[in-house]
Amino acid sequence: MGIVVVNPGPLTLVEDLGRQGWASLGLSPSGALDRQSLRLANLLVGNPAEAAGLETLLGGLRLRFVTASTIAVAGAEGIVTLDGAEIPLNQAVRVAPGAVLDFGSPLFGLRYYLAVQGGIDVPTLLGSSSTDMLSGEGPAPLTSGGQLGIGRASAGNGPSSGARTGAGTGAGAGAGTRGKAHVLPAIRRAPDPGRAITARVDRGPRADWFDLDSWRRLVSQEWTLSPDSNRIGARLVGRPLTQTRLEELPSEGMVLGALQVPPSGLPTVFLADHPVTGGYPVIAVVRRTDLDLLGQARSGQRIRFLG
Amino acid sequence: MWRLNPSPDRELLPCGDSAFLVELPELTAVVAYYRGLTRAGTSAGVSAPEGIIDVVPAARTVLVTFDSEKIRPSEVRDWLQSAEPAYDVAASGREVTIEVSYGGPDLAETAQFLGMGEADVVKLHSNSEWTAAFSGFAPGFVYLVTTHERLRVPRRNTPRTAVPVGSVGLAGEFSGVYPRSSPGGWQLIGTTTAALWDASKAEPALIRPGDLVRFVEA
Repeated sequence: MGIVVVNPGPLTLVEDLGRQGWASLGLSPSGALDRQSLRLANLLVGNPAEAAGLETLLGGLRLRFVTASTIAVAGAEGIVTLDGAEIPLNQAVRVAPGAVLDFGSPLFGLRYYLAVQGGIDVPTLLGSSSTDMLSGEGPAPLTSGGQLGIGRASAGNGPSSGARTGAGTGAGAGAGTRGKAHVLPAIRRAPDPGRAITARVDRGPRADWFDLDSWRRLVSQEWTLSPDSNRIGARLVGRPLTQTRLEELPSEGMVLGALQVPPSGLPTVFLADHPVTGGYPVIAVVRRTDLDLLGQARSGQRIRFLG
Repeated sequence: MWRLNPSPDRELLPCGDSAFLVELPELTAVVAYYRGLTRAGTSAGVSAPEGIIDVVPAARTVLVTFDSEKIRPSEVRDWLQSAEPAYDVAASGREVTIEVSYGGPDLAETAQFLGMGEADVVKLHSNSEWTAAFSGFAPGFVYLVTTHERLRVPRRNTPRTAVPVGSVGLAGEFSGVYPRSSPGGWQLIGTTTAALWDASKAEPALIRPGDLVRFVEA
């Protein structure tokens, strides 16, 4: 076994890029909420972008590596230490056998992504190792004392020669994976919890179920992320939207990023573990590429919609 | 745009930049349209163009999502406009047979509500041809409909906190089988040992939308 979970923190899950194409059977896509960060972490260690990694919420995760590994941490920004010494984020780092990795509270963003060279080795369901918190499918959340195997996923590039040993200041690391098979995605800074984030929206199927002013209210005000948000949905607080058609909507298919509006008028943005159908009207849909940001938004964070 | 073959029975609603929601007049049209889009009624992709991700039927709609890097919205729109509904069940769906031990906790009450004997409820349920209309609620749970209304019953006034896995139930116009233990308000008339959802299989769902389902007495 490659890794021992000393402390899982508030919530640590195995996630990859999810399982698309099974919504007709009632299964959500699941997968990393901040896909670009998992992709980056994977490519930094020479994994295929879709290899399984860990998604950990806030700080508190502590892992002990039984075998030597190469890792990369992306996504949220905070102090991550290896045997007590801070490691750089967004680059490959060598880990010696017995080393302990600790995740501190993030200063920016909410979810760290950890990629381990070879990928986290857990059983797959329909081609994906992702945990789906709505249906409970996929691996269970990590628990103290649990063990994780390391797989043999490879991007076919050979090992990452740019990996550094232990902690370091970071110049030039990760260069070994650049080149042939993959271009590293740009590093997108995790959002500052004190500043508003902006997400683009397109019209949803039931935009005409709301009064004329509702769209304006949707895109002109700053919404606030509610603390009861999770991987299923980002719940928003603000001046409510007003539904004018009041008949019951028969349940209909819901897309990732749908802004579903219940009778309270306060929208929920559907994230990776969203229900595949829902019975409230969808006024708008958040662009897929902007959902990564919502996955890094904290409770209380201000959110603007551009549409 | 003026079309030679307008489709007055379906309306395409915008749903972000990589999906359309197709609205249809009623459930029979949804099932036929879904079968037409997916042909064999299995997972999406049988007759779908490259780039289509999900085709999700529901009570009055079919949601179609696509990868906008692989297919243009206009191509998806054309496919959705031109698809022919497949009303012929036998030619387009798989057939699934499920063995049921009738005698669930609500069988007596259901019979009483319908004004028939328990044996008649069993006979009617097992002699009817059921169509898998759409999934929802839990992976592997499929809402089944039939051609008559003689088994229509209301949900229980108080839902159960735990319905056992394999319970066969009735609610409104639907019948269904619980793929796992969960809370639920359906009238339970029997149980099956069939695995409705087996995550270790390549095709984890026993019943998929578009399928024809028959219940037989175990």
